[in-house]
Amino acid sequence: MTIEGVIIISAIGEIFQELMRGVNITVTILIASAFFGFLMAFVAGLCRLSNNAIIRGFTGIYVEFFRGTSLIVQLFWLYYALPILFDIHLGNDFWAGALAIGLNYGAYMSEIVRGSILSVAKGQTEAATALNMSRFQRMRLVILPQAVRMMLPEFGNYLIQMLKATSLVSLIGLTDVLYYGDNFRDNHLSLAPTAYIAVLIFYFILALPLIWFTRKMENASKKGVAS
Amino acid sequence: MKWDVFLDAFPIVISGIGITLGLTIASFLFALIFGFFWTFTQRIPIKPIAWIFTWIMEFIRSTPPLVQLFFIYYAYPMVPHIGMTLDPFTSATLGLGIHFSTYIGEVYRSGIEGVEKGQWEASTALNFSTRQKWTKVILPQAIPPTIPMIGNYLIILFKEVPLASTIGVIGIMQLAQDYGAKSWNYLEPLTIVAILFLILSYPSAILINKLEKKMNRRFDKKEAIKTTHSREGAVM
Repeated sequence: MTIEGVIIISAIGEIFQELMRGVNITVTILIASAFFGFLMAFVAGLCRLSNNAIIRGFTGIYVEFFRGTSLIVQLFWLYYALPILFDIHLGNDFWAGALAIGLNYGAYMSEIVRGSILSVAKGQTEAATALNMSRFQRMRLVILPQAVRMMLPEFGNYLIQMLKATSLVSLIGLTDVLYYGDNFRDNHLSLAPTAYIAVLIFYFILALPLIWFTRKMENASKKGVAS
Repeated sequence: MKWDVFLDAFPIVISGIGITLGLTIASFLFALIFGFFWTFTQRIPIKPIAWIFTWIMEFIRSTPPLVQLFFIYYAYPMVPHIGMTLDPFTSATLGLGIHFSTYIGEVYRSGIEGVEKGQWEASTALNFSTRQKWTKVILPQAIPPTIPMIGNYLIILFKEVPLASTIGVIGIMQLAQDYGAKSWNYLEPLTIVAILFLILSYPSAILINKLEKKMNRRFDKKEAIKTTHSREGAVM
């Protein structure tokens, strides 16, 4: 074995320890932005189906704006704009990151919510009406339970996308996995390939449960549904 | 928001639009060509090899493109024997191109799978060679229905291009950040970037949507084309 080989192997343990320090932030950012994202997805998705044209219009603007511009621009914009425009100081950059990712993916996922609700067969609504259910009951007891199972595989996909997006928060100074990877590379320039491959493997390991969940849901959503 | 700053920053930021669009097109072309590679590897009859490539694809697709860009720009020159220094634009073209090729490959695959089995059997019955089968029967039917999806990925890719500013590609995003660093006014230049993205991507999205409806009507294959991972969401 060459000398370089020995150096790389002995460095792997060190890189691993460094990156572990960032997992906490990566995972908490993912959880916080997923929470915002799903909240926005259901709020905006249902608002776009509202009978009120003004509500529909406003949510339409929100969705198209966040889908039409890129996440990195939104992240920096929120990071600089919130304190200036609205005098909101979120305390730290954590919430700017979680908010940007949540708002961005919430806009995408609201289209999934809307599409899934619309694709529930019309007969279901008619049957629920015939059973004398109120509008709220129809949505809660009949439409949503059928729509949600269609949304799940897509939500799984978007969770993977959100995990990838969390790497951006290192650009606004949060100490996530990529931050520690960059840090390690700065101190050990010749080990850069090993460091970044380790970072990629870290993200992939974090993504594996989400990939598994998505596949599982893809199968589950196909099973036993009358179309 | 200060209007004089806005007007001052506007010509500076917009001068980077050529680089931003150029990088979009270059990496998209790379992805379109390299996508065939992934489709091809999925059709290798030796199962373990096809399986390995499936996982390589999954790995590239499930890890952040930002890290992949850093790898190509900072780490690739350090790789023994094959490493070389690449300029930011080439690194970004490769990084985004490879990342998106895994999505495009999946689109091609879904297109090919959408062609009915009878078409294969008919072309075998007509004694077509493998080459004729692909060029005369399968691909002409497989590719057109996927055009709207490929268009969607072009728009998504366009929105990922500002990532390249992190390795020093001087597109609109980098110019906006430079302007911010110099004058300590970040809000106005970043707003300009957001507006530019909106006015370029929104009409394209409407166009693709129309195309998709038209294609669905023509091919009647709403269900045939489905890929794993998001169909229209941001990839990042």
